[in-house]
Amino acid sequence: MGISMFSVTTVAILVSMILAITRAFLGPSLYDRVLAINVLGTKTVLLIAVLGFLMGRPEFLDIALLYALINFISIIGLMRFFEYSSSRQEEK
Amino acid sequence: MTVLLDLLSWVALLLGSFFLIVGSVGLLRFPDFFTRMHAAGVTDSLGAGLILFGLMFQVDGQWIVLFKLLSILFFIWLTSPASSHALAKAALHHNQQPLLGDEVRNRKQAANE
Amino acid sequence: MTIEFLVDIVLLGLLALTAIAIHKTRDLFASIMLTGIYSLLSALFFIVMDAVDVAFTEAAVGAGISTLLMLSCMPLVKKQEQPSRHHRPLGLVVVTLTGALLIYGTMDMPPFGSVDDPIQQHVAPRYLHQSMDEVGLPNVVTSVLASYRGFDTFGETVVILTAGIGVLALLGFRRSRAQEMQHRVPAMQQHMILRIISKLLIPPILIFAFYVQFHGDFGPGGGFQAGAIFAAAIILYTMLFGLSTARQVFRERYIHLLAAVGVLIYGAVGIASMLAGKNFLDYDALAANPLTGQHVGILLVELGVGITVAAVMIIIFYTFSGRLDKDDHKEPES
Repeated sequence: MGISMFSVTTVAILVSMILAITRAFLGPSLYDRVLAINVLGTKTVLLIAVLGFLMGRPEFLDIALLYALINFISIIGLMRFFEYSSSRQEEK
Repeated sequence: MTVLLDLLSWVALLLGSFFLIVGSVGLLRFPDFFTRMHAAGVTDSLGAGLILFGLMFQVDGQWIVLFKLLSILFFIWLTSPASSHALAKAALHHNQQPLLGDEVRNRKQAANE
Repeated sequence: MTIEFLVDIVLLGLLALTAIAIHKTRDLFASIMLTGIYSLLSALFFIVMDAVDVAFTEAAVGAGISTLLMLSCMPLVKKQEQPSRHHRPLGLVVVTLTGALLIYGTMDMPPFGSVDDPIQQHVAPRYLHQSMDEVGLPNVVTSVLASYRGFDTFGETVVILTAGIGVLALLGFRRSRAQEMQHRVPAMQQHMILRIISKLLIPPILIFAFYVQFHGDFGPGGGFQAGAIFAAAIILYTMLFGLSTARQVFRERYIHLLAAVGVLIYGAVGIASMLAGKNFLDYDALAANPLTGQHVGILLVELGVGITVAAVMIIIFYTFSGRLDKDDHKEPES
């Protein structure tokens, strides 16, 4: 395995993703899981950018930008539906 | 010149990776939701920032790539605090109580016994 | 053992774990979130395999829009999966038998990915070698999708339009004006910071959608991805400012119209080619120089795809959200 700076960063990001997914599986409350997914999304953006440099393909940055956006919109979607379902519970 | 840029990249990427791992370990080990959010914030702000800066030093004269990296950084730094804020607000609203100091001490004592 | 191999192993491991977790969990909300993670990991996987366009589409549609659409119908159903009451061993036997037969059938096929497969001999080398001469675009995926296999893409666009029409036909009841004015639409009003940040971000996101649409000739992108991004921006607006406000800003009548206009543009390009003397969707006929004709044809066709995809996704989201409010209205008001 060639030790370039990108390889080291990739390994660090992968370790970080594994830890975040563990929290997503474990997290006692729903909010822990949503937090873990948010972190996972940002790690994915970083991983895509670093992989782009590793494999010599700067086109990947478009995908990274897109995923940063999608991550944000998904978290807002999740929160909106928490609020909605819990407000229905309160009305009952 | 390239040696200097490579050195800067190495330093930035290594520091960024370090903060990423520290933040993620914190995400696993902290006792409460709000403290975990604090750890996650470290990964999003310092970790992502340093790694993207490290990548920026490696760009070989293609301005569009630099622009895209800057936009990714701008986007992450703008949206990540906003979503953390919104998530914390939602959690407080639904009665997630933050773990206060006494409770932590009590838990530690209970764990030691 | 290169770094890509390590990344592959870790990603596949996480993918398997996520699939097991989706199977084991009974809570529907958790299943939806885990499905979103699954799509994300798949997109990463495609990137490691250097398939940029597919990764782009998976990230935009699979991880983003699908998760949002599933979430928008989640408040309508129960929170937990019902435990299955019948245990049918016959079903398991049939599935196992069919699977075994299929695997047996694949043993006759040439080894996976070898260079002298029949599939690598005829069409693929022709597309790869001659795409630059015949179509003139650097991105071979776009040239295959929009020019060589333009008819298939036309079919896909019509399928998307049909899906939108299906959703409208099944769920799109129009309530009376009075009912609509009455009930409160959850508009996330207390999230002032989110609203300000989103107002800042929505115009750049729309510009990014246009960039992806037209840059699809030279890099990853194209109509499908651009439509999904455009729809995502409007869905963001709808989630934060409420459905009734969004319906006034992006009127439903025009969105329904746009959904059909996209397919119409695609078909019109085909008919124009026929009128100019060549086959349906043969873009060489569209301009004096065949290469220019190809560029013009692909531009128009991808535009059609982008318009239809964006419009249909917005229609589906509006319909699901509108359905939500309709059911909410049925609850006895205290």
